[in-house]
Amino acid sequence: MSAELPLIGDYSTPSTELSGARIGVVTFPGTLDDRDAARAVRAAGAEAVSLWHADTDLQDVDAVVIPGGFSYGDYLRAGAISRFAPMMAKIADAANSDAKLPVLGICNGFQILTESHLLPGSMIKNDHLKFICRDQLLRVENNQTAWTNGFEAGQEITIVLKNQDGQYVADEKVLDELEAENRIAFSYVGWNPNGSRRSIAGVSNKAGNVVGLMPHPEHAIEAGFGPDHRGTDGLAFFTSVLTHLVGGKK
Amino acid sequence: MSQEATKEFNIDTVDNAAGTPDVELPWAELGLKDNEFAEIVKILGRRPTAAELAMYSVMWSEHCSYKSTKNHLRQFGQKVTPEMKKDLMVGMGENAGVTDLGDGWAVTFKIESHNSPSYVEPYQGAATGIGGIVRDIISMGARPIAVMDPLRFGAIDHEDSQRVVHGVVSGIGGYGNSLGLPNIGGETVFDPIYQGNPLVNALAVGALRHEDLRLANASGVGNKVVLFGARTGGDGIGGASVLASESFDDTKPSKRPAVQVGDPFAEKVLIECCLELFKASLVEGIQDLGAAGISCATSELASNGEGGMQVELTNVLLRDSTLTPGEILMSESQERMMAVVTPQNIEAFEAVMAKWNVEYSWLGEVTDTDRLIITWNGEVIVDVDPKTVAHDGPVYDRPYARPQWQDALQADTFKSSEAGANLPATGEELKAAALELIASPNMCDKSWITNQYDRYVGGNTALAAPDDAGVVRIDESTGLGVAIATDANGRYTYLDPYAGAQLALAESYRNVATSGAIPAAVSDCLNYGSPEDPDVMWQLAEGIRGLSDACMELGVPVTGGNVSLYNQTGDKAIHPTPVVATLGKFDDVARRTPSGWREEADGQAIYLIGTTADELDGSEFANLRGHLGGLPPKVDLAAEKALGAILINASRDGMIDAAHDLSEGGLLAALSEMVLRYGVGARVALDEIKQRDGIDSFTALFSETQARALVAVPRSEEVRFNDMTSARGVTVARMGIVDAQSGALEVQGEFTVSVDELREASEGTMKKYFG
Repeated sequence: MSAELPLIGDYSTPSTELSGARIGVVTFPGTLDDRDAARAVRAAGAEAVSLWHADTDLQDVDAVVIPGGFSYGDYLRAGAISRFAPMMAKIADAANSDAKLPVLGICNGFQILTESHLLPGSMIKNDHLKFICRDQLLRVENNQTAWTNGFEAGQEITIVLKNQDGQYVADEKVLDELEAENRIAFSYVGWNPNGSRRSIAGVSNKAGNVVGLMPHPEHAIEAGFGPDHRGTDGLAFFTSVLTHLVGGKK
Repeated sequence: MSQEATKEFNIDTVDNAAGTPDVELPWAELGLKDNEFAEIVKILGRRPTAAELAMYSVMWSEHCSYKSTKNHLRQFGQKVTPEMKKDLMVGMGENAGVTDLGDGWAVTFKIESHNSPSYVEPYQGAATGIGGIVRDIISMGARPIAVMDPLRFGAIDHEDSQRVVHGVVSGIGGYGNSLGLPNIGGETVFDPIYQGNPLVNALAVGALRHEDLRLANASGVGNKVVLFGARTGGDGIGGASVLASESFDDTKPSKRPAVQVGDPFAEKVLIECCLELFKASLVEGIQDLGAAGISCATSELASNGEGGMQVELTNVLLRDSTLTPGEILMSESQERMMAVVTPQNIEAFEAVMAKWNVEYSWLGEVTDTDRLIITWNGEVIVDVDPKTVAHDGPVYDRPYARPQWQDALQADTFKSSEAGANLPATGEELKAAALELIASPNMCDKSWITNQYDRYVGGNTALAAPDDAGVVRIDESTGLGVAIATDANGRYTYLDPYAGAQLALAESYRNVATSGAIPAAVSDCLNYGSPEDPDVMWQLAEGIRGLSDACMELGVPVTGGNVSLYNQTGDKAIHPTPVVATLGKFDDVARRTPSGWREEADGQAIYLIGTTADELDGSEFANLRGHLGGLPPKVDLAAEKALGAILINASRDGMIDAAHDLSEGGLLAALSEMVLRYGVGARVALDEIKQRDGIDSFTALFSETQARALVAVPRSEEVRFNDMTSARGVTVARMGIVDAQSGALEVQGEFTVSVDELREASEGTMKKYFG
């Protein structure tokens, strides 16, 4: 059974040359930003496909977004229960297969990806112990992934940061490896808002098809409904994956 | 202690009650007065059972019955014109009022208090305040779309404020953020008068299609009654523990937590689950469980529907199996809903519960017997006319009189007082006063609080704090949406309870209009002291009279709200604090007006709309000098209406790029906030308004005269703007221009203060006290 999208808003997809692309958005109990992620997918010109955590059918999607929220309330450890969802097993298999399904984990989605071992490291409580919501400046460190190819390397972008458990941690060996393999996808610029190791905001897997980050690109896709300055920097995440899919499909 | 023994001991059946008329009941400990208990006996024709006593005591409490205010609150229903009712789909009395927005959309909103729980246990008190108001919104068939939280704390430097502020803010954040609802504003005031009685009010707004409207009634004889969501536990049972510990059962644990504990994850799941039920039309009536829990839900659903209901109480799923029937009836465990479902829909209903992993239990069914019958293992423990529980509670005409001290208070004006001597006059003094004001606890930047709330989730937030109003889009295809602002000024209302309540409405109305929306409906949370004190009762009566008069004059109906009484410690009541929320309509939120100018506005003209009088009594500046006396600023609702029309039209016709209302802190505060909004400076001169209004620089900057706003007008729009204001007979003054290069606010001939200095003053205060 797919999660019905809610009562509010127009969920039709505008027709574009990229309309063939289908991007899944997973909903867990406690997921909050699934409607925003679906809106971002549509704004980029693709079709948003709602995926329910308890289902096992990936519905032939070309890519998957695991959106933010507090799945299962984060009562145990963020993402620790969601990783066992039947849908996550399917996503992990597809991401690791030869097809290399592009997967983007945002905030709680990033936490689920680290709990699933699709990405290294882990997130603990912010060093200042408070929830934080702010417009966040990031630097794109690696523009070679499925979700960042639309950026310039080193480009600075502003998207929304909002989390309670956003402090990225990993042991020194892993951090060195990430740096050496150019797998740090995004860094915080200026003040480190949660105490993350080496100011890491997002990382990718080796193949570059799986990317996770704490800040929220889906909240910065429409002028007037996102950050005060440069409100649409998040859109390129979603157009990047379309470019990647077109290139990949040939 | 065995479950069996407990249950057996507590079963006080109707038959038993009829046969044992002389059993002592702890009605006084449950808060009932002797006349009220006598009335219950009269209604029933016998003594109540323990379970019935529990129900009546909690439903006849001040909180649930409005017994002290009912006679006054009627004015909100009486002082309305047909024009005001035009867009009202559901008025007062339901879980929340519903207003038509057009295009088949409707909006429902309500503000409520959760004051005393938030003092006892700040985190859970504030968290469950959000939870409760959100369930009220769901009960109407709406998807909740945003929350707001007007807060009042004690002195910022009082040691207990650490506990309360940290707890309340993290509670609101912890619960609200987990629901996926943007927190779009509110206000924060610090005043020693709230030290032992902080005010934690919570507002929620929801959107629905007309056809999704649901009401709390149990219709259709034979339809099933179901309780779903969290299990029922011992939390939130205040007085009910008396039933257990006093005369009924000495072996039971007697102390139960009076404050409810929230589970935001359960609430989030409950929201989605309810919306799915609505979408598939699986419920006939629905009611959330808040104050008075199952007592309230069963008696209200039954009396608003076919009139009767049959419930087997042992079917209720429990967290604590030792709960007595009375405790189960009174429990205020959170995240629960009660619904009425037709037999044909049972299977589909259960499928939705299974999908969301929500627990449920079928309690009974709707009858037309006009009796609410509750059984315990088949034995009747409650047999009442539900109307007598839900609607026919006692009503009091409490004595009230203008306090003897009121005249002396009003005679003690700021400028005649010692505190009002030696006011700042030179540029240097004015600058120092400006920085002091901007850094003061009430005027300082509150992003320490708002940055702990998610304002972005949903992707529809068009404006949020610190803008004048929170603005959310409802329909993505058209941009249709709403603006909401909450306001109150306890000091004004203390000086003049009638005018103060009107000023609260005037400010929230003005804030909504400043954002560009058309004010359409009002919800109020009346926070007062003890109604048994004639002084306080007078403040309350005056406040309700003032607010209802002003609503009529401004043409905005009150659609619901809440009264919170007994906010006092000993004999010392809080300042009367009627918090007024105004909701405004937007045809397209894209035209909303932000509260500051951006760099692109460089060179735009800054206009002050409205005239300025010498009105410092009750002001933030007087507060800084420790003075409270005199009369609050004059209420001029005609001027508010005219100002509102200008701001709305200017937004619609694209004549202004920024607007901010003048309220606490006057012109100086408004200018500073507009500069700080995007960090862009301005140059202004006071000469014209000083000359025109016959005031000095200090008064021009710090007076709190109402019905004023600052706007930034692009050069190309100035002619149109001036034509419009003069055609409408509204006074404006061109004060200066936006200056994106200077990095400063310059008040010509007086002082210049850099944006950095302003920011440091504004942002330093909350960090200093709360880290």
